[in-house]
Amino acid sequence: MTERERNWLLVAPAGAWLLVMLVLPLSVVLIFSFGERAPAGGWVPAFTLEQYANLPARLTAFQNTLTLAPLGTLAALIIAYPLAYQLAVRTDPKWKTILLVLVIVPFWTSILIRSYAWIFILGGQGLPALLGVFGFEGVRLIYTPFAVTVGIVYGYLPLMVFPIYVALDRLDKRLLEASSDLGARPLTTFLRVTLPMSISGIATGCMLVFILLMGEFLIPALLGGGKVFFVGNALVDLFLQSRNWAFGSAVAVMLILVMLVTVTIYMRLIARLSATREDVSIM
Amino acid sequence: MRIYSLFVYVFLYTPIAIIALFSFSAGRSASQFEGFSLKWYGRALNNPFVMEALGNSLLVAFVSATLASILGTLAAVGLQGIKGPARSLFDAIIYIAVMIPGIVIGIATLIALVTVFDVVNPWLASVWPEGREPPALSMGMPSLIAAHTMFTLALVVLIVRARLQGLEGALSEASADLYAPPMRTFRLITLPLIAPAILAGFLLSFTFSFDDFIIAFFVAGSETTLPIYIFSSIRRGVTPEVNAIGTMVMLASLVLLVIAQLILRRSDKS
Repeated sequence: MTERERNWLLVAPAGAWLLVMLVLPLSVVLIFSFGERAPAGGWVPAFTLEQYANLPARLTAFQNTLTLAPLGTLAALIIAYPLAYQLAVRTDPKWKTILLVLVIVPFWTSILIRSYAWIFILGGQGLPALLGVFGFEGVRLIYTPFAVTVGIVYGYLPLMVFPIYVALDRLDKRLLEASSDLGARPLTTFLRVTLPMSISGIATGCMLVFILLMGEFLIPALLGGGKVFFVGNALVDLFLQSRNWAFGSAVAVMLILVMLVTVTIYMRLIARLSATREDVSIM
Repeated sequence: MRIYSLFVYVFLYTPIAIIALFSFSAGRSASQFEGFSLKWYGRALNNPFVMEALGNSLLVAFVSATLASILGTLAAVGLQGIKGPARSLFDAIIYIAVMIPGIVIGIATLIALVTVFDVVNPWLASVWPEGREPPALSMGMPSLIAAHTMFTLALVVLIVRARLQGLEGALSEASADLYAPPMRTFRLITLPLIAPAILAGFLLSFTFSFDDFIIAFFVAGSETTLPIYIFSSIRRGVTPEVNAIGTMVMLASLVLLVIAQLILRRSDKS
């Protein structure tokens, strides 16, 4: 047996598994999206673009996803950045690791359990009751877009902190001293040195969170109470309740397309942003 | 700044603390604390549905993490010697596996397997010997294990490959120069060096599979895993029992994570 054959033999089982359990199912979704719904639910073969023409029927789900996913990502970024900065730049190295681990630990425990905790906090006997004590009666928090956004930020904050921390940690702290020695005010140092140097971490964090949010189902299902739903919730409804596989497949294909397009645009934007930054730094 | 950071930590841990706190409540209400008691833990551990779901979750997590570790490691090692378009294709598929939302993987697996079963089952019945009950393939534990293995296998490939790339080729080259057969070099040199990465991959795969709700929701058929049980309990209204289960699950994930970290840390030092 040559070395070449041996390598292929090693890769073959994993390759076959991925082929059967990933490539085949995704191809089936693509094929099904051109078919029609069987009268009793399920699918009959056809070649029609009807399902794609029907997509506007689920427009609200796409709108919700495409507003709350970027909004949640932005909110997570705004909350995560100062923490990552504090940990990477201002914290005693002795405490750095343990404090960072404390941020990441929640991410590795079940998101289902962590999300449902917010049903207590935002529900009638939680925060609204507390606000009632201070005279703000009748505030409704649970099952609103606000509740879903809080859940999103809470669920994915660790994923945002980590890459920004890594970028800021790598930053040579002498640059910050040099900047202030040369008379730059703290804000100028931050805007001209710290922020541009951490753009890669920001980009990674935002992309990770955004990609996961596009396919989110649990958080809107638990905290949106059927009023605030994402594409993921529409998919569950189409496949498990109305059993409209053809239309559901078209929605799934569209979700992946929207993800691909937004991520590509985003990457271009980041590339351009870091390119112009270099021009500025040369000047 | 310090106060701000403290505030974020409070934000991160309050919900977890609330679940843990209410799990010790003696009362029936899930949102009011009425005295300390361990009774909900006893109730959860004596609930046959919870125990069956736990058993299923552990079985699926163990089998899929084991399969993923073996197949993923073999693939990562083999991939080192493969270049060109085949390599790019394999890398692309691995990234697709990690990037595609879990919900799409769940749906796609469900409709693909159901469609395949619809074709295979009548065929099986027609070729089966007369007088015996032909087997009917359906969604259940095997399909769930297969789906989890697919995703976690991609994770293991990424983790082990990162470790392999960090290794210096000098050791295995030296071994080859001294006429050690490839299998021996692998067993005595490469395998011990990548063992921590394999173990870390196994534990991460186990945690992923154990915590996964969305893929299992579609692929598990009529079987129940622990996250599915928790989800449907929440739908019926949260009880302190669910809080007790949640607290135990979080504790278990935490222990696994700490073990994985310790192993990785130790190997980095040596």
